[in-house]
Amino acid sequence: MKASFDARNIIAGLIVAGLLLLPVFSQATGNLFVLTLFTRIVIFALAAVSLNLIMGYGGMMSFGHAAYLGIGGYAVGILAAEGIGSGFIQWPVALLASALFALVVGALCLRTRGVYFIMITLAFAQMAYYVASGLSRYGGDDGLTIYKRSDFGGLINLSSRVQFYYLCLGCLLGGVYLVWRIVNSRFGMVVQGLRSNEQRMQAIGFPANRYRLVCFVIAGTMCGLAGALLANNTDFISPAVMYWTRSGDLMVMVILGGMGTLFGPVVGAIFYLVLEEFLSQFTEYWAMIMGPLLLLVVLFGRGGILGLVGRLSRA
Amino acid sequence: MPEPLPEPLLRVENLVRRFGGIVATDNLSIEFARGELHAIIGPNGAGKTTLISQLIGQLRPSTGSIRFAGEDITHLPAWRRSRLGLARSFQITSLLRDFTAVDNVALAAQARDGHSFRFWGNARKEKQLRDAAQSALARVGLGHRGEALVSELSHGEQRELELAVALATKPQLLLLDEPMAGLGATESSRMVKLLADLRREVTIILVEHDMNAVFALADRITVLVYGRIIASGAPAAIRLNEEVKRAYLGDQHVVTRHG
Amino acid sequence: MLLVVEQFLNGLQFGLLLFLLAAGLTLVFGIMDLVNLAHGSLYMMGAYFAATFVAWSGNFIFGILLALGATLLLGIVLELVALRHLYGRDHLDHVLATFGLILFFNDMVRLVWGPAGLSLPLPAWLTVPVQIVPGVFYPAYRLAIIAVALAVALMLYLVVMRTRIGMLIRAGASNREMIGALGINIKLLYTLVFGLGAALAGLAGLMQAPILTVQIGMGENILILAFVIIVIGGIGSIRGAFVAAILVGMIDTLGRAFLPDLLRKVLSSAAASTAAPALSSMLIYLLMAIVLVARPEGLFPASRR
Repeated sequence: MKASFDARNIIAGLIVAGLLLLPVFSQATGNLFVLTLFTRIVIFALAAVSLNLIMGYGGMMSFGHAAYLGIGGYAVGILAAEGIGSGFIQWPVALLASALFALVVGALCLRTRGVYFIMITLAFAQMAYYVASGLSRYGGDDGLTIYKRSDFGGLINLSSRVQFYYLCLGCLLGGVYLVWRIVNSRFGMVVQGLRSNEQRMQAIGFPANRYRLVCFVIAGTMCGLAGALLANNTDFISPAVMYWTRSGDLMVMVILGGMGTLFGPVVGAIFYLVLEEFLSQFTEYWAMIMGPLLLLVVLFGRGGILGLVGRLSRA
Repeated sequence: MPEPLPEPLLRVENLVRRFGGIVATDNLSIEFARGELHAIIGPNGAGKTTLISQLIGQLRPSTGSIRFAGEDITHLPAWRRSRLGLARSFQITSLLRDFTAVDNVALAAQARDGHSFRFWGNARKEKQLRDAAQSALARVGLGHRGEALVSELSHGEQRELELAVALATKPQLLLLDEPMAGLGATESSRMVKLLADLRREVTIILVEHDMNAVFALADRITVLVYGRIIASGAPAAIRLNEEVKRAYLGDQHVVTRHG
Repeated sequence: MLLVVEQFLNGLQFGLLLFLLAAGLTLVFGIMDLVNLAHGSLYMMGAYFAATFVAWSGNFIFGILLALGATLLLGIVLELVALRHLYGRDHLDHVLATFGLILFFNDMVRLVWGPAGLSLPLPAWLTVPVQIVPGVFYPAYRLAIIAVALAVALMLYLVVMRTRIGMLIRAGASNREMIGALGINIKLLYTLVFGLGAALAGLAGLMQAPILTVQIGMGENILILAFVIIVIGGIGSIRGAFVAAILVGMIDTLGRAFLPDLLRKVLSSAAASTAAPALSSMLIYLLMAIVLVARPEGLFPASRR
C-alpha cells in the first residue's frame, strides 16, 4: 500500500511543479502554443476534478456535466453582451446559475439510480444545449463572441496570457484542495459511504438523496467556474461546449486518470487532451484511433492511469 | 390494583402485505415489549423477511399500522426509523466493503451525532466518533480488527461487525435478521453469548432458523406460517405446540441443530 | 385544420420511428444489461448504407433492403468482436467503451464518405401526395413510414408475446439467471437480440434518411430522445417504449409547430420568437421531469428482478 501511495504522490508533485513552471518554460523557449494548450488543459482539469467528486467519490455517474461549462460560460458571455463586463458580477452569477441548475436537475435526477441516472443527466444536459441553441439573441448555434474578458479592476489582467494561466491554475489547485477537504470530512464520509452501499447507509440513518444533492450542487458549481474560465480563454461561448460528447470527454478524463483519486482527473485531462493534440497532428481522423483506444482501456485498464501506476509500483 | 401494562415498544396492527395475488403478510398483529428478546421463527416462505422489511421501512405494507414507542411509523422511510432508534442487521451481510471495520462503525456513530453537513475537518480524526466505534467493536469482540478492510474479514467477523454497526446507532430496538446465517459452531456460540449479553440493554427481535440459539435466548417466540401467526408465547409452550411441529416437519419432532 | 392533421401525422410518424430506435435499445438493455451508446451509430450507418446502396443499385427498394441487411451484419460483427466482452461489466464501462465506438464510427464515416452529408432522393412513386381524408393530402412516403413502422411494431409484439423466443426475451428482461439455467444457448440468443436491435436502429435510420439529411452525428441527437423515451416508458418494457415514443413524437412535433403561435398570443412577438425555439426543445425534457417526479420507474416498468 505504502509504495503505490508514494508513487502517486510523486506524480502529483511532479505535475504540480510542472504546471507551476510551465509559463517560465514557455517564455524561455518562446513556445507560446504550449502555454495556450495547457491553459485549456488546466480548465478542463478543473471540470474533471469537479466531476470526479460526484463520480469517483460519490458514485454518481453523471453524463451531463458539460452543461455546467456552458452555464458558467454563457453567464459570462450573456452579461458581457449586455454590457456587464465586471468579473465581480459575472463570475458569481456563473456560480449561482450553475448551482441552481444543479439543484433543480439534481433533485430530479437523483430520484433514479444506475443507468437511468446516466441517461437522465445526459438528457438534461442536452436540454441545456438545445435551449442555448435557441437563444438567437446570443448567437444561437453560431455561438457568442466575447469581446472583452472579465474585468477584475486592478486585481488581475485576464488579457495577459501568463496571468490568466496562473488564475486558472490557482482555481484548479484550489479545486483539488477543496475536494480533498470535503472528501475527508464528515460529509465526504457519508457521500463515499453512499457510493459503497446505499442500503446500509439508509439503515444507519442517513437520508441518501439530501447528501447526494448537496454533493451534486458543489460539483456543478465548481464546473461552472471552469465554464467561466473557458469562456474567457476562448473569448467565445457556444452551445457546442455543452454537447453530450463533451460530457463524455469529461467522463473519459476522470476514468482514464483514475476515478476516486485526488489527482486522477488532472492526470486524465492532461493525458486525454495532449493525446488528442498529438494525434491530430498526425491525422485528421484521430478519433478513429482514440475510439478503439478507449475501448481497450475499458477492457484492460482497471483504475485508469493512476491505478496502473499503483500496480506497477507494487510489483 | 394491577398495574397497567407498559406500552409495547413496537406494536404491529393488522399488517397486510400483498404481492399481486400472494398475501405475504396476512393480517398480522403482534406486540413487542420493551426489554424482551423476542424470536420469530417459521419455515421458509413464512414471510419473516417480508415482515422485517416492513418493520424497518424497506417495504410499505398494503394495509395496517406499525407503532414504535407510541409513534406511528408506518409511512416513515427507513432512515427516519433508524434515527428513532430502530436498528437492524441484514440477512445477507451489507457493509461498506471498501472501508475498514472501524470506519463502518464510526459512520454509524456519526449518524447519531448531529448532522453530517460538515465539509471541513477530518472525520477519521474525530476522537469522539473513533472512541465510540472502538468500544462498539470491542463489545462484539472485534476490538483488534478495527483497521481491517471489510473484505479482509471472515464471514463470522462480518456478521459481528454488522452487529457493532447496529449497536453504534444506540438503538432502542434491534432487529436481527438471521445473525447466525453461515456461522460455524464456535462462531455461533460466540454470537449467542454476545446476544445474551446485549439483551440486558436493548430490546431485540430475532429472526432465526438456528433453534439452539432461539431456545437459548428467547423470552418469547412467535411462529409464522404463510404470513400468519400460528403460535406465540414462552419457549417451553412453543416447544410442545403440536401445530408448530406440524408446520415445520409434518409429524416429526422439532429438530435442533445437533438433533 | 389541415395543418393540425398534418402535424398530427408527422408526430405519429416521428414517434413510430423513435419507437423503432428505442425498442432496439431497450431490448439490448433489458436482455443483456448492456448500455449501448453506439446504437445511434447503427442508426447513422443504416442511413449511410441506404444512401449508398440506393445510389449504387439505382433501385430504391433493393437499396433499402441491402442497407438493412448490411446494418444487421454490422451489428452482429460489432457484438461478436467488441461488445460481448462488456457483458456483466459495470454500466460505466459500457458507457465509456461505446462512447469510444461513437468516436470511431463518426470519424470512419468521415473518412469513407467525407464530411458533407449525403442525400437519399425518393423515387417518384413515393413522392405523390395521398389523399387520406377528402381535402387533406399527406406525402406517400411518410404514410409508408407509418405503415412500415406499425407493421414492425406489430411483428415485434407478436414475436415477443407469442413465440418461444419472445418468451425467452421477456424472461431475460425480468430474470437473466433463469435463462442461463434453462440451458438455452445464451451467446447465440444475445447475438441475435443485438442483431435485431441493430436492424431496428438501421431501419429507423434509413427510413428517416430521405426526410432529413444523412450526416455525421445524426445518431447522437436522436439517441438522447431514445434515452428519454426509455426512461419515460420504463427500461426493458417494449410496451412502455411504444407509448412513450408516440407521446414524445407527438409532443415534440406538435409543440414545435404550434408553440410559437401560442406564445405569440400571450407574449410580445419579439419575446415569443426568442423563447419559442428554446421552449419547444425543452418540452420533452419537461415531460421526462414530470414522469420522474410522479413515477420514477417509468410508466410501464418491466417486472422487478
